[in-house]
Amino acid sequence: MTDDEILRTERFPVGISSMGVSEAERRIPFDEPAPLAPNDELQVIGKPVPRVDAVAKVTGAARFTVDVKLPHMLHARILRAPMPHARVRAIDASAAIGLPGVRAVDIIANPNAPSTATIHYAGEPIAAVAATDAGIAEAALALIRVEYEALPFVVDLDEARETTAPRVYQDREERRALLDEWVLPYLPRDGNVQQAVPTGNRGDVEGGLLQADVIVSGDYRTSVQTHCCLEPHAIVADWRSDGLTVYASTQFTAGVRATLAQEFALPLNRVRVVVAAMGGGFGSKSSLREFGRSAVRLSRQAHAPVRLVLDRKEEQLDSGNRPGTWQRLRIGARRDGSLTSLSVTSYGTAGVGTGAGVGNIAQALYTCPNFESAQYDVFVNAGPGSAMRGPGNTPGAFGLEQTIDELAERLQFDPLKLRDGIDPSPVRREERRIGAERIGWSRRHEPGADPGPVKRGLGVAQSLWSANVQTNASCEVRIYRDGAVELLSSVQDIGTGIGTILAQVVAEELGLHPDQIAVRIGDTDFPAGGPSYGSRTTASTTPPARTAAHRVREMLFQQLAVHLGVSSSAFSAHDGVISVHDDAKQRDISFREAAAILRTDRIGAVCSRRDDYLGFRHAAGPDAAIARQDLGGVQFAEVAVDTETGIVRVERVVAVQDCGRPMNPLLIESQVQGGVLMGLSYALFEERLMDRHTGLMVNPNLEQYKLAGSRETPAIEVVVLENYQGQSATDAYGIAEPSNIATAPAIANAVYNAIGVRMHELPMTPARILAALGKVPALEHAG
Amino acid sequence: MTVAEEITVRVNGVERSLRCEPQVTLAEALRGPLELTGTKIACNRGACSACTVWLDGEPVCACMLLLVDVGNRSVTTIEGLADGNGLQPIQRAFIDHDAIQCGFCTPGLVMSCAALLNVTAHPTADQVRGAIAGHFCRCGTYPHVIEAALAAAEGTPA
Repeated sequence: MTDDEILRTERFPVGISSMGVSEAERRIPFDEPAPLAPNDELQVIGKPVPRVDAVAKVTGAARFTVDVKLPHMLHARILRAPMPHARVRAIDASAAIGLPGVRAVDIIANPNAPSTATIHYAGEPIAAVAATDAGIAEAALALIRVEYEALPFVVDLDEARETTAPRVYQDREERRALLDEWVLPYLPRDGNVQQAVPTGNRGDVEGGLLQADVIVSGDYRTSVQTHCCLEPHAIVADWRSDGLTVYASTQFTAGVRATLAQEFALPLNRVRVVVAAMGGGFGSKSSLREFGRSAVRLSRQAHAPVRLVLDRKEEQLDSGNRPGTWQRLRIGARRDGSLTSLSVTSYGTAGVGTGAGVGNIAQALYTCPNFESAQYDVFVNAGPGSAMRGPGNTPGAFGLEQTIDELAERLQFDPLKLRDGIDPSPVRREERRIGAERIGWSRRHEPGADPGPVKRGLGVAQSLWSANVQTNASCEVRIYRDGAVELLSSVQDIGTGIGTILAQVVAEELGLHPDQIAVRIGDTDFPAGGPSYGSRTTASTTPPARTAAHRVREMLFQQLAVHLGVSSSAFSAHDGVISVHDDAKQRDISFREAAAILRTDRIGAVCSRRDDYLGFRHAAGPDAAIARQDLGGVQFAEVAVDTETGIVRVERVVAVQDCGRPMNPLLIESQVQGGVLMGLSYALFEERLMDRHTGLMVNPNLEQYKLAGSRETPAIEVVVLENYQGQSATDAYGIAEPSNIATAPAIANAVYNAIGVRMHELPMTPARILAALGKVPALEHAG
Repeated sequence: MTVAEEITVRVNGVERSLRCEPQVTLAEALRGPLELTGTKIACNRGACSACTVWLDGEPVCACMLLLVDVGNRSVTTIEGLADGNGLQPIQRAFIDHDAIQCGFCTPGLVMSCAALLNVTAHPTADQVRGAIAGHFCRCGTYPHVIEAALAAAEGTPA
């Protein structure tokens, strides 16, 4: 909010509904809609409305990027590096160019350009070919002759930290070309280890330890997890003399447009990015990426649309991953449970990329005056990491929440009671209370207390995630003269159901049914929406949608007022009708009849995301900000561990989550179940395996890369708080990432409670469980 | 280069003829020349079941079957399931229970659940789990898929 804006005062509902909602005053811009009532007073928002695109998705009609077919479309394939580290001495693509049906060749690893002449991981793109069919493109790849000079490589996190390890990068210039997203500042480094960026350090951790009655410490290790989106990364690029249209399976249409405009020197209005149905991203489809650039170059070269879809092996090698970590935590506490010192050191690897830290969860979850963290990125010769559902805090929670539980045991505190004393969040306090009741926490026994070979246990863990907001996010709402209503935004629905939620918001404001709102999204020809990452889509997009609906409704009311000769404040919209509240002219008219009086074919309003009403905690770049409150979550797990086979079965999870105002409980339940299942899969199964002798990924597929399926799915109970803060026109925030962060540590704490032995490494496979029980020798960790 | 040959297959009750090379899989033929893109390819090696279609009513991975090997068996895809008579109960149940997120694996899951209900009108939850055990859904819709299949069976006369 700028100083010169005219403000008005309103009273907003504030508080957690299960604890009682009160009111608080807010100064808001004069043209913002009135405060939205709590959900139980609303007609559409907060109700379990089915997805607007559900019929298309259950009949096969939904059109994904991989389904896009354009006239004269070419098919592209990428030649990828067969070894983990090499200098490209020469490339000869003449035979490929000469193959009938080949229409364009794009050399990506140019031996004459210093920034691209070295490949740093197996699977790195070398060249791409576009041909009249995919088979010809594939055949052409085999005709490209590449001369490699193999270089020493390292794919193992621990080995890469050694000063004698082969260097992934010789210098800064060599790195620059590879780094695409989530890039941290380049800092001096030692071998493959990049200096950590210190954040949040406070007090004196050594001094804090002197005040401690108890000190616990532990080392934890998390695996590299791959995104495994069911729809592969896909793009159809259509370069024409009058502009570029790109169909992309992306989490951020407007961001991809900006990148294309910049890199191909096109004005923004000549680049259009479109995504209809989108088959999952989880952080891996946030940017254009090298294959996307290549598809555009191929289209420009061939004067034809080019379709490029990665296969599953390419997905596993080069579409991003959750970095693996090694973490060391040390916590000091007094006998009363208060923390005196907390420190975390981590070495993580995002392959050739950066961003392999353990987040801000240790820094911010608990009250502790003395905190220090050092989070190092370690380069290895493996595909670059990218953001993945709760980056940083997900591996970070695995170490932190187990160490906190260990502290509770040492202090002879119940884990919930310890957290009650050190976690200042009233949200999580309420979540602990609700969750404990649901799971039956009072049944929890001493660690390893079950007598038989199958031992049960209960565990809890907490999550912390910033409430992100994209301030560069806009929506348009239109009313047509025949009563049709549509909402337009470039925001994309990656499976979360944002299209449905936007229909609900507009329907609530206009007194209509969500079916009556045509949702047109996923196209940069519409007002630019935000990205679908960082759990920010709902927080960013629903307030401008409501404001735009409010404004267009006021426009309709004003025209009606003139038409009927009443005051424009004499109207209300509800149940498909507009009521005229005027003593002389009291009547109801249908929305359709009301729209028919419009002087033009349609009216519309474009609105953008306002700042939160109390302002933000801080800005996050020019287009985004961090809200004042965090999104808390607490999860409880019940497990059964077979101590003879080492198999862990998660039988039940209770997830208690906060996303501000819940917009659609049906969709939220789906998304939280998905977060829990991804966390369960991370806890028990998922691990990218690298062969340290060849530098190749051993399981680049979906059968040896293990994922949880229907048989591993536990009973998942989802409880969502209604947490009103009076911060925006909808007061809604995200849920995707918060629902994923606490699952693995909750399971790990439950496993400890079951067997009395703590698991320090993910995934908790039967081999690792048996090794922890001393029944088989410990495995060397897998890198 | 291999030689394309004329192949006739019965898809969703209609005889379709196309010229294609012998290495083309049923999934590729459906999505390509037959323009039935509701069948999805996600792993292309029988590990994820996204491409599930029916062969004489039995669910199979269309990516693991060559088109030339279909022979005179009849193929049913997600587009043919509703058969012009509106949604099948399992499709309605998927919508009501939100057994959908991104929707990419959904057609395959619908086909496997529908096939189960054809042979087992009132399955247990474990039978549903078994019927979809070969499917991967990264969004994690399994709980709602199981609910939907049981609910669709509820609506079926015993």
